[in-house]
Amino acid sequence: MTPVRRLDGWTVRGCVAAALLTFYPSSRLVAQDTSAIDRGVRIGIIYRPGVRPGLVVLPGTTPALDSARAIIARDLDYSDRFELITLPGGDSIRFSGAALSSRVGRPPTGGGAAAGLNYPLYQALGADFAVGVALAGDTTVLAVHDITAGGVRREFRAVLPALKDPGFRMAVHRLADHVLEATLGTGGIAATRILFVMDGKVYVIDQDGTDRQLVSSSDHQAMSPAWAQDGRRFAYMEFWAGHGQLFIQPLGSGKRQPVVTTGQALDFTPAFSPDGKTLAFSRATEEGTDIYTVNVKDNCCLQRLTVGRFSDNLSPTYSPDGQRVAFVSTRPGLPQIYVMAADGTDQQLFAPFDYGVTGSSNAPDWSPDGQSVAFHRDVGGTLQVFVLDVRTRAVRQLTSLGRNEDPTWAPDSRHLAFVSDRSGYRQLWIIDLETGRIRPLLQQSGARLPAWSPRIPETASSTP
Amino acid sequence: MKRLSLLLLGGIAVVAVAACGGGPPPQPVTPQQNVDSIAQAEKRRQDSIDAEAAAARAREEEERRRQQRIADSLAALGKTTEAVRTMLATMIHFDYDKSNIRPDDAGALDQKVGILQANANLRIRISGHCDERGSDEYNLALGNRRATAAKQYLVSHGIDAGRVETVSYGEERPLAQGHDESAWAQNRRDEFEIIAGGDALRQP
Repeated sequence: MTPVRRLDGWTVRGCVAAALLTFYPSSRLVAQDTSAIDRGVRIGIIYRPGVRPGLVVLPGTTPALDSARAIIARDLDYSDRFELITLPGGDSIRFSGAALSSRVGRPPTGGGAAAGLNYPLYQALGADFAVGVALAGDTTVLAVHDITAGGVRREFRAVLPALKDPGFRMAVHRLADHVLEATLGTGGIAATRILFVMDGKVYVIDQDGTDRQLVSSSDHQAMSPAWAQDGRRFAYMEFWAGHGQLFIQPLGSGKRQPVVTTGQALDFTPAFSPDGKTLAFSRATEEGTDIYTVNVKDNCCLQRLTVGRFSDNLSPTYSPDGQRVAFVSTRPGLPQIYVMAADGTDQQLFAPFDYGVTGSSNAPDWSPDGQSVAFHRDVGGTLQVFVLDVRTRAVRQLTSLGRNEDPTWAPDSRHLAFVSDRSGYRQLWIIDLETGRIRPLLQQSGARLPAWSPRIPETASSTP
Repeated sequence: MKRLSLLLLGGIAVVAVAACGGGPPPQPVTPQQNVDSIAQAEKRRQDSIDAEAAAARAREEEERRRQQRIADSLAALGKTTEAVRTMLATMIHFDYDKSNIRPDDAGALDQKVGILQANANLRIRISGHCDERGSDEYNLALGNRRATAAKQYLVSHGIDAGRVETVSYGEERPLAQGHDESAWAQNRRDEFEIIAGGDALRQP
């Protein structure tokens, strides 16, 4: 944690790291999953030094905010965009809470000396930013300090729900995302949730592994949850007397609607179009499996996109502009990743493979930034997560430890949740593609088929 | 008294005949004859009563046997239905990520063709299943192909397609819970279940 020298405004730690910076080619995704190390420790992972500014979450004097502070600190850590700095001596370094309170309510100074914060000290500790959380009446004030500029960069105010309120955590997650906007000008993933299937039921969990809730609990076995881009609804499939019935359910209400025209055959793997008007899905009949769409806004207009005849076509995923659909097709023999226009025309191979060498490829998920498609591929009898670069069509293997499958993109397009048995049993994990850091999402066996939400809008944060 | 008067009358008659004829003396009519015929009549009467009883017994026996035969045949029918059901439920199995019918399973399918032909009201559902190794969602498509492959076989051997439904459960309903090849091999299967007309089944 000792800063060595300054480079382009960021702290670079160690001359080895500096050398790596010199020789490592500039690439968007450079991380390799080379270890299953738990949070906090990084071994054997190559990451680009210099791009992770140091950040310190300031200790506070208001015990009521300790939970909020702890959640924010963990969210910022899990964003994998900061080098989180632990103050030597923990809480022994306190800045004056009175000084902070006196500043609250005034417009950000935008530089200059903010009262009570020893900027040179934090700079010496390697911090580029400091985050303080304080109370002004019943309003929580989040201050983002720019250490280099020596002042408060932004302030955010929010009236947090009570600690026991089901909306408390999501409101705090939103504050954490504000820190990313204020410091890096990018959206965070703290205020997001992940749907998954366990024991035939659909659950939702916050991205930090807390607040797990059952959202679909019928007697019928459920599969394949999928978010709508508004973050308010999701679709999923249930087995009904051997058929597959699709449902759309608003998060938090439990009042689901069966999708029109589905349920007579085996309908599965639903996927919302980005505008939320269309639901693409796979339908298995005696003719094989093909991709259809249905207008879920007007409950009409079943359309068939693929005509497989002797091959299966399934698992559609829309590009973020809604113009294209990536999917799985068995037309080359084994399942591989294909792409077509959203109306079913112009079908072509998407992820290249060596005929007779490359194993089955399945479960594609198009990244929210449109640049990548994650999927899993059979490598030597087990499954590994791969990422396809949409522009160059280069394919890169992301995982190698254990069996890894069903990747789903976070809205920042750099984190993936996936299923892995690397710890001995199958559970959900999250990997950051840029640092290679991996963390378990929940310590529970049997969780699978994850679906990462878009950023949850404020009005959709209510819980059942 | 009656018998005595008969004897007296008979004696008078004999004397009368002897008095007015010079022919050989008639054979004396033995009074025992009458006694015998009475006994015989008595015996016949008794016999007929016995015969009646025997016939009744025989009829009862016959009825009992008839009931037994009905019971036996019902039991046999039940046994047949059970046997046919067992034959029909025999699963077929597949190689990894394959949906073609294995040659060693053709016999089991031929048996099902015979059963379906012998029982015109029988309708069945074939469910395709997979092992846990493949992709969860792809396995729904694979299970669908496995169920369809068995149906195609039945239809191509003369079974009306409307009598056979197909479904797929992918890897969602494993038979064997293990994580080795023996469990996987058991789980890569088609199951056959009766959905109509299965109350009394005939042998093919």
